[in-house]
Parts: sequence; C-alpha cells; structure tokens
Amino acid sequence: MPRFTLHRFWAIVLKEFIQMKRDRVTFAMMVGIPLMQLMLFGFAINADPKHLPTAIRAADQGPFARTFVAALRNSDYFNLTREAATEEETRELLQLGDVQFVINIPADFSRRILRGERPTVLIEADASDPAATGPAIAAARTIAATAFTRDLPGPLARLRGTESPVAFSLHAQYNPENITQYNVVPGLMGVVLTMTMVVITALAITRERERGTMENLLATPVRPFEVMVGKILPYIAVGYIQVTLILIAARFIFGVPMVGNLALVYAVALLFIAANLSVGITFSTLAQNQLQAVQMAFFFFLPSILLSGFMFPFRGMPEWAQWVGSCLPNTHFLRIVRGILLKGNGPLEIAPEIWPLLLFLVVAMTIGVKRYRQTLD
Amino acid sequence: MSAPNFVIDVTGITKRFGPKTVVDAVGLQVKRGEIYGFLGPNGSGKTTFIRMLCGLLTPDAGTGTCLGYDVLTQQAEIKCHVGYMTQKFSYYEDLTIRENLDFIARIYDVPDRATAVQHSLDRLGLANRSHQLAGQLSGGWKQRLALAACLIHSPQLLLLDEPTAGVDPKARREFWDEIHQLAADGLTVLITTHYMDEAERCHRLAYLAYGKLLTHGTLEEVMHSIPIFTWTVSGPDLRPLAARLRGQPGVEQVVAFGNILHVSGRDAAQLEATIARLREPRHEWRQIQSGLEDLFISLMDTARDNFA
Repeated sequence: MPRFTLHRFWAIVLKEFIQMKRDRVTFAMMVGIPLMQLMLFGFAINADPKHLPTAIRAADQGPFARTFVAALRNSDYFNLTREAATEEETRELLQLGDVQFVINIPADFSRRILRGERPTVLIEADASDPAATGPAIAAARTIAATAFTRDLPGPLARLRGTESPVAFSLHAQYNPENITQYNVVPGLMGVVLTMTMVVITALAITRERERGTMENLLATPVRPFEVMVGKILPYIAVGYIQVTLILIAARFIFGVPMVGNLALVYAVALLFIAANLSVGITFSTLAQNQLQAVQMAFFFFLPSILLSGFMFPFRGMPEWAQWVGSCLPNTHFLRIVRGILLKGNGPLEIAPEIWPLLLFLVVAMTIGVKRYRQTLD
Repeated sequence: MSAPNFVIDVTGITKRFGPKTVVDAVGLQVKRGEIYGFLGPNGSGKTTFIRMLCGLLTPDAGTGTCLGYDVLTQQAEIKCHVGYMTQKFSYYEDLTIRENLDFIARIYDVPDRATAVQHSLDRLGLANRSHQLAGQLSGGWKQRLALAACLIHSPQLLLLDEPTAGVDPKARREFWDEIHQLAADGLTVLITTHYMDEAERCHRLAYLAYGKLLTHGTLEEVMHSIPIFTWTVSGPDLRPLAARLRGQPGVEQVVAFGNILHVSGRDAAQLEATIARLREPRHEWRQIQSGLEDLFISLMDTARDNFA
C-alpha cells in the first residue's frame, strides 16, 4: 500500500476549494484583511509624522536665531505653537504632552555662529513614541545645515555646507533605524500572511473534528500527509492573492520602489506561506476546539508582529527577544522582502534567510503529521 | 487467516478508556451475506466495538480478523474495503450531495468515478437532489446520502451505527429493503439498532450490555437463550394493579401497552403463583409469547445486577 497517492491528495484539495467557495465570509475576510491592514499601517499609522507641536525657548533674538526659527517654521515637521521662557515651562509643556519638542536656542547663538564655534541647540523631545520623533530630529539637522546659507556671506561662507554651523544635543532616545512606509508596506506582507494563513488552517482539522466529519475521514484510507498537504495547497492560492494585492498597493498607492525581482518575491512567498500553513495545521491537531485553535494562532501571531522587526527595529531589541524573533519565519521573510524590493537583493543575498524558513517548514510539518491521529485512540 | 466464510471473526476484543472497560472480551463471528444486528443499551460499547472493527480504534486485547485482515495490524487494508456509517451524520454539510459522493469516490479511487457517482445517486433516488447542500437535507435524506457514500467504493462489509435513529417508519422500511437487497448480493452488514422490529429483520443478533456480549444467535436462538414468560392482563384499574405487581416474587417487568399490561419474569412457577394470588375476576389474564423487548430488558437488568 503506497504511503502517498495523488488521487486521495487531490480529493482533499478539491474538497477544500469547494468549502472555501461556499464560505464566502471567510474568503472575503482573507481578501479584506490585507486591504484593511494596508490602510491602517500605510495611512493611519504614519511612521513619519509631520506638523508636530513644538515650543521654542529662544534666549537669543539675533538674526541667526530668527533665521533658524523661521526655517523650522517653514519645514513640514515642526509646528511652532508655543514660546517658552523658562526651563520649568518647557518641562511642563513636555510633561503635559502639549508639545512634542522644545527647541532651546542658547543666549550667545548668533555670536558663536559668527565666530564659527558651532553653538549647541538642545532639542528636548517627548520620546514616548521614539518612532514619531526620529524623522523630525533628522529634519532639524538638515534645516540647520541649510538655513544659514544666505546669512553667511563673505569670509563666513567657509561655514557653509561643509559642516553644520550648529551642533545638536538631544534629550531623547533616538532609534537609528528609520521607519517609513517603504519599510512598513513590504513588511506588512509577512504580517498579513502570518495572520490569515495561520488562523485559517488552525481551524482546518479542529473544524472537521467539531463537525464530526473527522470520524468519517479517519475511517477512509486517506493518509495524514495527504490530508495536511491537501488542506495546505488551496490556501497557498489564497496567500498568493494576498501577496499580489499587497504588491499592487505598495507600488501604486504607496509608491514603494521595487528594485528587485518580483518573481523572486513570489518564490520566497511560497516557502513562507507553506511554513505558516504548517504551523496552522499543527495548531489544528493540538487544539480541542475551534476557539482554542484561534487562540493558539494569535499566540503565534503576536511575537510574529512584535519581535520580527516589523513593529520595532530588530537590532534595537534585547538579545533574548532577538533570539525568539530569529525562530519566527516572519523575521526572515521581512528581511527577504525588504531586501528584494528596496535593495534589489538577488538569490545569493537572501540565501542566509532562506534556510531558516526551510528548516521551520520541515519542523512544523513533521510535528503536524506526527500529531495527526489516524485513529480515535 | 480465518475461515473464508467468516467476514468478521474476532475473539476476546477488549477496549479500555482509562479505568473503564468499555468492551470486555467480546467475540463475534459473522458470515458473508449476513445481516447481523447489534443490540444493547446506550453506552454498552456497540460503537466502540464497531470502531475497532473498522480500524478507528486499536483493541487493548483480543485477536481476530475483519475481511481476512488482522484487526490489530492491518487497519489500513481494512479501511479500503469497509463502508462505515457513523451514528452522527459525518459528511460535509457545506458540500452538495454530488460533491460529497465525488469526494468519497476520489478518496477510495473508485474506477470510472463519474458513472459510479451517478449510479449511486440513481439507485438511492438522490439524482434530482444532487445539487442540494447536504446540510439542508432532512434526517431521512441525510441517511440516504450517508448510505450512498459508504457504498460507493463497493465495500465487502458495511458497518452501520444506528442508521435509522430519527428516521420515519416509511424511510426506515425502505432502508431495510435496501439492506436486504445488498445482503442478497453478497454484502455483509453489521448494524446497531434500538428498534425491536429492526432486530427481527436481522439474520442473526447479538446483545451487548456493559461491554459484555450477553447473548447471540438467530432470533429463535436468542429467544430461547433465556426462558422468559409473559402474561397480559386487561380490565379496569390497571394502574393500581401494576403498582401492586411490581416487586412481587417472580415479577420482573410490568409494562403498560395501551389498555393492557405485560407482566414478565423468568421464573414461571413464581410468576404464576403471584398472578394466582393477585387474580381478580374483573381482570382477564392470558399467557402470551414473550417479545424480544421483554427478553432484552430482562437481560439488561440481569447484566446490571452482575456487572454494574
């Protein structure tokens, strides 16, 4: 008796497709979730916030100070809403969340610029959301470097361009990895696939058990591997629909540059989708009912979103979190997709991230097949 | 290998779930083409026993063969040649009748699948409902679908677990006509039921209670396996009479059937003595042939005394 037969495998595949077709709500959700998440992460959650409320505490009213403040006002990032006179006042503004930044211009600002002494501007930032402050602070540096071009004539022209005439001191924890839509949208692919693929297959076998169809399936000669692979294949097709939706949105809505080879993205996505589906099927064999299966799926989904480098820069996490993150397929998939799309990485560059995905797939699949009981014992 | 004429030939089959022995050393021989009725109270181990025959459960003890394959080691082979109809409808409610049949036919790799599906639809009168979702069918039609599905791969043995529960009398009769037709064609059928009229339509019977096989054989043999005597009484004020009869020596069962009472017991002399004592002129007493139900209830009571 052969271990695997195509006809039994195909029977499962067709059955799953028909059931998917009948369950329109679930199918709509699988298409709707990527779109909804794209809107949320792409538009609503702006990792490059602008027009942040800012207070100025200017101890110097000289021409350079005024030029600098005007330049800040003209930038998109700072919305100069307040003027503070004392240190207590600035502290209170920040504490109450009235402003995101306080920019302190020292008393001898203009004089020291003229002397070429690079006066220090202190930026106090509300760092409760580091992702929000980062881009604005970077913008401040740029503003300082270019604002005085006009005001530095003649012999002072040596201060132009070469080095910023102003130094910055920060009272904020700044994360060096810059999060933008370019980064978020490709990363979203891994998150959406993890969420929908794991949940949908986590239900696959528990549903059969709850509806009583499992007893029938077990009474037939169908093998565990045939059931597993047969249940996975239809959802690979769904996964590809999601990948395509996200790629289209990334390109045409968010204008994400696509430097690399899209065929390579699809090839790697196959591996990643299969890995997530195997996890789902494995949960499915462990869970007693559908509710448990969904809970397990979310248990897997949370670290996949938090520790994979999607939400927070991977290198900014503590070592143990990085270690956990490295075990998750999403971590590797994010790097691969970002690498291909943004940096134009080829097969050679992504190879170090491929084998962890493969390993994960094999392990998850093995546990799933082993856990699938062929009898009711 | 067992003798070729035995389709099921098992001895000492035992299954425990934790400390509870659900099936206790049951042996059973079923010949080819036989309709074998499996009776017993709820929770007596009938379903567990059937699941062990078709490879869904592994017996903890016992040996034997099903269709010539070892029930302990050749479960995969057994599954290919057995049609098993579960107690609860277990086909896909979100698939149509045709899709369900097609799925099962693919799983068993039925040759010339399209014809086989169509043939099975025609034979069970499902043809003009083939595009209806299984979940929308009534109990009787679900049962037809289940039967069609477990026959589609032309099994040699049919295991039916309470197939007619919740099915109306006409559908039940048609179902049994179908079963007899199949048996006449050489199919062996093991069927569990709670209906006595169905039990009487089986070639042979077995009675299981508390995991033990209490009696088995043809209807005649079973009826004579335990002597049981039944009297009927009719007349006025039967309810107080029934109350007085219960607990009297020799009286094991007092059952009301409309306007008469059935009074049964295994000790004929004691029973007759009690009746003589309680006899009144306004009641008419008559001895009748005991029914299968009287026998089984008596068996169950005895079994409870012995094992429970």
